[in-house]
Amino acid sequence: MLLTHLERVLNYWPMLLRGVGTTVGISLASLLIGVALGFAFGIIRTGSNRWLSRALGLYIDIFRGTPFLVQLFMVFFILPSFGLELSAFTAGVVAMSNMAACFIGEIVASGIRAVPAGQTEAAMATGMSRAQQLRLVILPQAVRIVTPALVGQFVLLIKDSSVVSAIGLFDLTRSGWIIVQNVPNGLIVFGLVGLCYLVICYPLIFSARRMERRAQAPVL
Amino acid sequence: MLGTLNTRVMLEYLPELLQGLQATLLLSVSGFAGAMLIGIIACALTIQPLRWPRAIVIAYVDIIRATPLLAQLYFLYFGLPRIGILIPEFHIGIIALALNSGAYVAEIIRSGILSIQRGQVEAGISTGLSYLQRMRHIVLPQALRPTVSPLIGQAIVLVKDSSLLSLISVVELTRAGQRIANERFMPFEGLVATATAYLAIYFLLKFLAELWSRHNSLPDRA
Repeated sequence: MLLTHLERVLNYWPMLLRGVGTTVGISLASLLIGVALGFAFGIIRTGSNRWLSRALGLYIDIFRGTPFLVQLFMVFFILPSFGLELSAFTAGVVAMSNMAACFIGEIVASGIRAVPAGQTEAAMATGMSRAQQLRLVILPQAVRIVTPALVGQFVLLIKDSSVVSAIGLFDLTRSGWIIVQNVPNGLIVFGLVGLCYLVICYPLIFSARRMERRAQAPVL
Repeated sequence: MLGTLNTRVMLEYLPELLQGLQATLLLSVSGFAGAMLIGIIACALTIQPLRWPRAIVIAYVDIIRATPLLAQLYFLYFGLPRIGILIPEFHIGIIALALNSGAYVAEIIRSGILSIQRGQVEAGISTGLSYLQRMRHIVLPQALRPTVSPLIGQAIVLVKDSSLLSLISVVELTRAGQRIANERFMPFEGLVATATAYLAIYFLLKFLAELWSRHNSLPDRA
């Protein structure tokens, strides 16, 4: 019984593979956009313009405080009524990279704040412009501080991508959902789906853990 | 035109929305209670010397952390009936939330206990305190203090995660909002009402976390 089910599920492996492709693709796309936007957010959050920083803080809170499913529905069902018709994939990328940017923005901001003030003062004293200070002095140090947290955020992003199955995108979770309609054994089907996620995510979790240990090592 | 918000419809659906909010709160509170229980037991098993229980807990934590909640939810939803366990979706949802957050809670508590310096325990031993006395007076008070903020953070994640239960047709906040979309073709109103309720919970928990850390942050950060 178990083996026949497993065999039947394995017949669907092209479907699973297609799901893996979508999951990886959508995660990578929103990762790239999310990181770029997130750094911009982090710089604005720690910048000298207090009102801009506060407004952005509120924006970030709104997306950190609501479920991703609700945000995804907003993008997919509401934006079209404002004349912005998006495909499911684009809607998924928009919602995911926006949310990623909000979380990464706060991580980057905390990294920038963790760089000692003396560094900025020294950069200022050598006559660097604000852009030069950021590019040459502050960001290189901030990036090193926040890298483990960023990798952890990437894992969360990949896992959150499973939610896009709710708007009909054919990702890994959706492929499992379709297979389970044909082979009614949720344990095997979603066990396999989980295994695929594990293969994608575990290397990231592992490297994040190693980086954290390395970062802590000299302090202890 | 969807650009303006139809507040009349939102008020009309207020009873449904409040019911959804109640369900979300119930799911979150019981899910978090379960997560704390699982987390404390799992953590206790990782810091004891026996190898097998430790390996099982580490595998559990890693599997949960490396797979999305939605896949875990479907695993239980489509899997439990397979092995003859027929329980309502609502309970499956609580189990999934508790199992998922339990892994994170275990990690949070573990890092709290590991943050205690060895000298503290050694000082306790040398003053003649028993194991239980050391735990009660030295280890736990110091270990639990730094876990409060991350635990509140995990509670925020859990409240948001509970929205996924709408996908296995548990009627909670997100699902209640969808009713406005389905019955009145007003997805905007439904989603705005839902998001507002989630935001209220989020800001409340965030405020509690800030309040707590303001009064309890350790002075020695040198």
